[in-house]
Amino acid sequence: MVNQIAIVLFDGFAFGMLLFVLSVGLSVTLGLMNFINLAHGAFGMLGGYIAVLTMRQLGLPFLLALPAAFLGAALVSVVFERTLFRRLYKAGELNQVLFTIGVVFVAAAIATYAFGTVQQVIILPSWLRGSVEVFGLRLGVYRIFLIVVALAVTAVLVFGLERTRLGAQIRAAVDNQRVAQGLGLDVERIFAITFALGSGLAGLGGALAIEIVGLDPAFGFHFLVYVLIVVAVGGLGSIAGSFAGAALLGIGDVAGKYFMPEIGSFLIYLLLVAILFVKPLGLFGKR
Amino acid sequence: MSDVTANAPFDAQGWLRRQSRWSPLEVVFWLALLLPFFFFPTYLTLASQIAIAALFAISVDLILGYAGIVTLGHAMFFGLGAYAAGLISVYGWGEPLSGLLLAAAFAGLVGFVVSFMIVRVQHLALIMITLGLGLLTYELANSMSWLTGGTDGLRGIRTWPIFNYFRFDLWGYTAYSYSLAALFVCFLVSRRIVNSSFGLALRGVRENVRRMPAIGSDYRGHLQKIYTISAAIAGLAGALMAQTTNVVALDALSFQRSADVVVMLILGGTGRLYGAIVGAAIFLIARDQLSGVNPQYWYFWIGLLLMVVVLVMPKGILGGLSALASRWSGR
Repeated sequence: MVNQIAIVLFDGFAFGMLLFVLSVGLSVTLGLMNFINLAHGAFGMLGGYIAVLTMRQLGLPFLLALPAAFLGAALVSVVFERTLFRRLYKAGELNQVLFTIGVVFVAAAIATYAFGTVQQVIILPSWLRGSVEVFGLRLGVYRIFLIVVALAVTAVLVFGLERTRLGAQIRAAVDNQRVAQGLGLDVERIFAITFALGSGLAGLGGALAIEIVGLDPAFGFHFLVYVLIVVAVGGLGSIAGSFAGAALLGIGDVAGKYFMPEIGSFLIYLLLVAILFVKPLGLFGKR
Repeated sequence: MSDVTANAPFDAQGWLRRQSRWSPLEVVFWLALLLPFFFFPTYLTLASQIAIAALFAISVDLILGYAGIVTLGHAMFFGLGAYAAGLISVYGWGEPLSGLLLAAAFAGLVGFVVSFMIVRVQHLALIMITLGLGLLTYELANSMSWLTGGTDGLRGIRTWPIFNYFRFDLWGYTAYSYSLAALFVCFLVSRRIVNSSFGLALRGVRENVRRMPAIGSDYRGHLQKIYTISAAIAGLAGALMAQTTNVVALDALSFQRSADVVVMLILGGTGRLYGAIVGAAIFLIARDQLSGVNPQYWYFWIGLLLMVVVLVMPKGILGGLSALASRWSGR
């Protein structure tokens, strides 16, 4: 029993870390521009397909396909941001929601057209397959890899936000956009960069997710709900919040499905509604 | 709200009375809805689906278009109404009108309870709470398969003839008449609501929540009231679907349905009741005509349409038309 609980905690944490990589970008961009981007999951899907393509067509190794997914998603997202999304920053939240849902619909249709509805699979390098025994527990190597990658991403993000010039600018713009602009910061440029980085992380998450949950045209929708839960529960613009929210959701989701498969998802949604009811700004939200 | 900002002392009562006058165009519109009986008798089933979807869209318009509550989970009330009406019938009471009212009352009651949460939150949290409640209800219905039939759907619904006389026929004459009558009655009620001082207060909430308390208006009470009414109408639409099709599937509660209804509304135009009807008609007719196409590709066009409508015609098709018309008459 103790073993089971430990395994569920481990798998849940690994899944949570995947959710963290997928959603942290949305949390920061939402906090920065108040732009509700439901297409965030679609950029994750894009990253996934880029990873599949580069591995299959170009024969890139998995470790190179990951940065390719990051770069591809970041590039495409910045094109979208500069040409389309920026027109909607001043529009109401309803228009933002509808426009970005439209993007998800179109992305799913294009993915179906290009790849069909089948689940995509990738072949991992042999050192990421199988499991290792730690303290008598059999842990999946790939899940350990996921946790390591997510922790590395977190370290880079925290360092970047706390210690670099761009990070300071982003924090200033999140705290008070008007004053930041008044001090001469180019908030639009900051936002474009943040948006690209956030979508790139989503792309990376999409590539990492293939091994855990598979990849099909419904990915953008399916993960949208998870991503939104992480963001809403964690609070906008907070990396620590996203981390805690993602870990909580990952462990809750895996534990719910393992111990109570009948009502597992039900409990997740109940938790979501309860947390938002008590703390509408999320667990770590500032405003 | 440019049409309310007059510079002279503003006569609110007179403005409301002018708004609630029936224009000839409206009469023509409702008469046109009778045309399917004579010209498209093979499409009556579709027409009845459109009427039900339009009613559902009106319920969303009341909270989204007029009160500014963005919801991604309104199928919750549609589904609750459908299951309520279906279950009443399965357990032996198939009289349609009372079933309709009971289902609407049940959905309205749940809506009233939920409204206490809705008024606490705004922006992203509001969208997430409506989304979360919608998904929650779906999972609940899924796991309570002993009551709802789960993924197999609720079967065994028998709807008795209306007034013990009009049977539900295969061609959908009764179904369309019934749905259209329900749509018309609910439309009249909604029209009365939005053209009342209460409706004006709702628009005030939509335009600026913070200023409403400043002019002494209890915006929370207003929002709770309209949310309850909207939930009841959505439940009634769901009940209509259960009674006219005699089956309730889980997808009555699905996120897809919540999203579709918002799409219909935005296509037609929010904040105008006719937008809901026109949007539902366009959406369902287009889907029927393109039904040979893979549903995945159908969503490509819907997605593209959404993006274009948001960028080019933020007030929907009817909004765009009326802007054109007012420009025309302004010259």
